[in-house]
Formats: sequence, C-alpha cells, structure tokens
Amino acid sequence: MREVDIAVIGAGPAGLAAALACGESGATTLLVDYMDAPGGQLIKQTHKFFGSERQFAGTRGIQIPDIFIGRLSKMPNVQLMWGVNASGYYADSGVLTLEDGGKFIKVKAKRVIIATGAAEKALAFENNDLPGVYGAGAVQTLMNVHGVKPGDRVLMVGSGNIGLIVSYQLIQAHVEVIALVEAARCIGGYLVHAAKLRRAGVPILTSHTIVRALGEETVRGAVVAQVDQSWQVKPGSEREMACDVICLAVGLTPLVDMMWQAGCEMRYVPALGGHVPARDENMRASNPAVYVAGDAGGVEEASSAMISGEIAGISAAKSLGFEVQGAEARLGQLKADLAAIRSGPTGEKICAGVKCATVCGGEW
Amino acid sequence: MAEREKSPDDNIVICRCEDVTLAEIRELIAQGYHTIDEIKRVSRAGMGPCQGRTCRQLIARELAIALGVPVEQVEMPTFRPPSRPVLLSTIARGEADE
Repeated sequence: MREVDIAVIGAGPAGLAAALACGESGATTLLVDYMDAPGGQLIKQTHKFFGSERQFAGTRGIQIPDIFIGRLSKMPNVQLMWGVNASGYYADSGVLTLEDGGKFIKVKAKRVIIATGAAEKALAFENNDLPGVYGAGAVQTLMNVHGVKPGDRVLMVGSGNIGLIVSYQLIQAHVEVIALVEAARCIGGYLVHAAKLRRAGVPILTSHTIVRALGEETVRGAVVAQVDQSWQVKPGSEREMACDVICLAVGLTPLVDMMWQAGCEMRYVPALGGHVPARDENMRASNPAVYVAGDAGGVEEASSAMISGEIAGISAAKSLGFEVQGAEARLGQLKADLAAIRSGPTGEKICAGVKCATVCGGEW
Repeated sequence: MAEREKSPDDNIVICRCEDVTLAEIRELIAQGYHTIDEIKRVSRAGMGPCQGRTCRQLIARELAIALGVPVEQVEMPTFRPPSRPVLLSTIARGEADE
C-alpha cells in the first residue's frame, strides 16, 4: 500500500492551493481528481477574477490551473493523479481507496484534505426530465469547454451569480436568453452582473417560478408563474414562454460524502448550501486527520476556495511537524483576505453561515 | 403500487438515476416511510450513479413538509464507500500491483 503524508481530494481552486501549500512544506503530497485535467470549475471560468492580486485578480479563471500545475509539477514530493476516482475513506485506518481506469489503489494518508467542491441543486417541476432541461454548470461546460451551443432560446431559472454569469455568457455565444426567473423578491447575485443582462434587454422576473416544462420529446417551452410571499403560485398568473432550453441555476450544495464516511461532525447550514463539516479556524474537521477546503466546506466562490485551501494545506502540514515558512504570518494574512472577500452585503450571509459551522472559540 | 389517478406529480422526477417520481415519494411517505433511508430501501431513490446528490435534498424537503419539521431535523441517510460508481470486477481483482 502506498503511503503519503497528505492526500488532497479534488484539484479545483481549493485543492490546487492546498496541495501547493503542502508541497512547499516538504510533506509527501498526493493530489487526486476524477477529471482528466485539473482545475475543477476553473476550466470553464472564462471571466477575469476580481479582488486581490494574491487570488489572481485580473487573470481569467481558465488560466489559473496552469499556474498552480507549473509549480506543483516541479516538486519531487508531490504526486498528481488525474482521471482517478476517490471512492472511499476509511477513518479507522486512514486509508483512501482510489480507482484509476479499472485499477484499485489503496493509499494510507496521515492527513486528508477534502476539496471535493459542490453539486448543483435540482428543482421539482413538471416534466423536469425532458431533454433540454440543464443545470447551469452543464450549460457552461458545453459552451466554454466543448464549444457546443445548448440551444437557441434559453429560460434561466435562478438569479444568483451563476445564473447571471451563465446568462451573459449565453448572450456572448449568440444564444437568446428569453427571460430569467427568480422566486425571491430580489436578485440574488451581484448587481454588476444583473445590470449587464438588463442592458442586453433580458427581462428579469422576480417573484416568479417555473411551473412546468412543455414539449413531448424535448423542451419546446415553459410555463412560468408569479409566486406569493410563501412561495405559492398565484392562481391565474401562469403564462407560456417559448424556449428550447431550461437552465437551472438554483444553487449548489457541498459534496461531503467522504466527510460523512470519516465520521466528521456535520452541521446543516442553509447559508452554506446544506450539510457542512464543523471545522476550526484552520479548516480542521472533528476527525483530526481530516481537513476541508473550498466549496465542500460551504458554497462560496473560487477566490475564497483558494484561500481556505491554502489555510487547510498549511495547517495540515504544520500538524505533522513540517516546517512551513512564515506559517503564522501567512495564516493571518489569509484569514484577513477571507474576511475582506466576505465583507459587504453579499458576504453577510456567508459570514453568518461560517460562524454556525465553526467550533466555539475557533479551536477544537 | 395500486392503480390511482394520474396527477401532475407523476411527471415530476425526483431521483433521475432511478426514475422515482414525486408522486411515488409522496405515496411512500403516506404509507409511513418517514426517513430518507427507508424511502431509499423501498424505492431505490438515491442508489444510482450519483448516489443521491440530486434527490437527497428534494426528498428531505418533502419529508420536512409532510412531517411538519424543519429540514435540518430530517435524518440524513448513511454514507458508505464507494461514493462514485466502481465496477465490481475492479474491486474483485484486488489492489493493483505498484
């Protein structure tokens, strides 16, 4: 059986940053991702990041994985594995099971950093299994990774940042976005993204939901309706809209199967997308061998994922006695960066959620 | 399940992997299956390739509404490896030689 100091599961922004911090400490590090190339959601983020230069402000998301891989691939103590399924974690022995193209591999890791990201939430409406009903992430993958148009007329459901950004990217790809519906009374995402859509003439219907998809073989339209304050459809407000794609952007939920398997204490925190592991300020879970990073610890975005990944990486390496240069100062800077990202009105909800998920006093 | 009238809930798919509808989930809850694990065992909802990533929260919400409790009080099912589909032949061959 292979043995490593630290195994990082998931090579999105959080896992890449975590593995880099582990690698710099000298710990033997294994970074695993089930996709054939690293980057997670970064591979479809064609927009430029904003915020701090430390989190690659001004760089397009799709360029960021290469920057990390360039550094990681020079480290002899770091092993990278793509196209490998991490299928299980056995907390009693610290053994991970991996599957690599039909080969079954066991790895004993002293620490595991779970950076598995999040999954898109589904929505229950009539005919929601008709071809033409997509998750927004799938639409983004089709367009930005494979260069495939999902259809010609799209109804977007959900006005969080993903719904807004994917709508705008659809318009850039010369796909018509017929409307964006949002059940809440206000737009969920940043005004700057919503304003772009309005300037492009896309109607944004707040207090509206999708009632059913129309069509026999594929989507031919949708029935949308107004909802009241208790989310019930207002009778008589239904109307039909012609479209061939219904795109669902109704939020994400952390992918935490391995944290449940590890017996970690879990908490239900709606502001973070669902069940998340309880953690200390250094991203360590209740099982001291397990750390969490990025969206798996609570749905935010790529910049904060890179920060929590680095925090988890530094902390995991330190816990094994590896010398991390300027660790305290770096951790302090990273926590300040996180606080800055979470400031402002949209960060309030995240801050409250993180507080619910963090152990009392910040330490186990 | 017994013959009954078609309802719009028959056209709402909750578990895409195993093709379980909202009508079936509501029928099971009415029959007294009151946890995600129980519903999973009788309907297979959540046992497909995605291992409940799509349906788990939708079923939790249905249970919460039916039982009149907040969603966080709905007990989560047991999570076991493998969390992603693995061929039995892969496991049966045992650990790969390095």
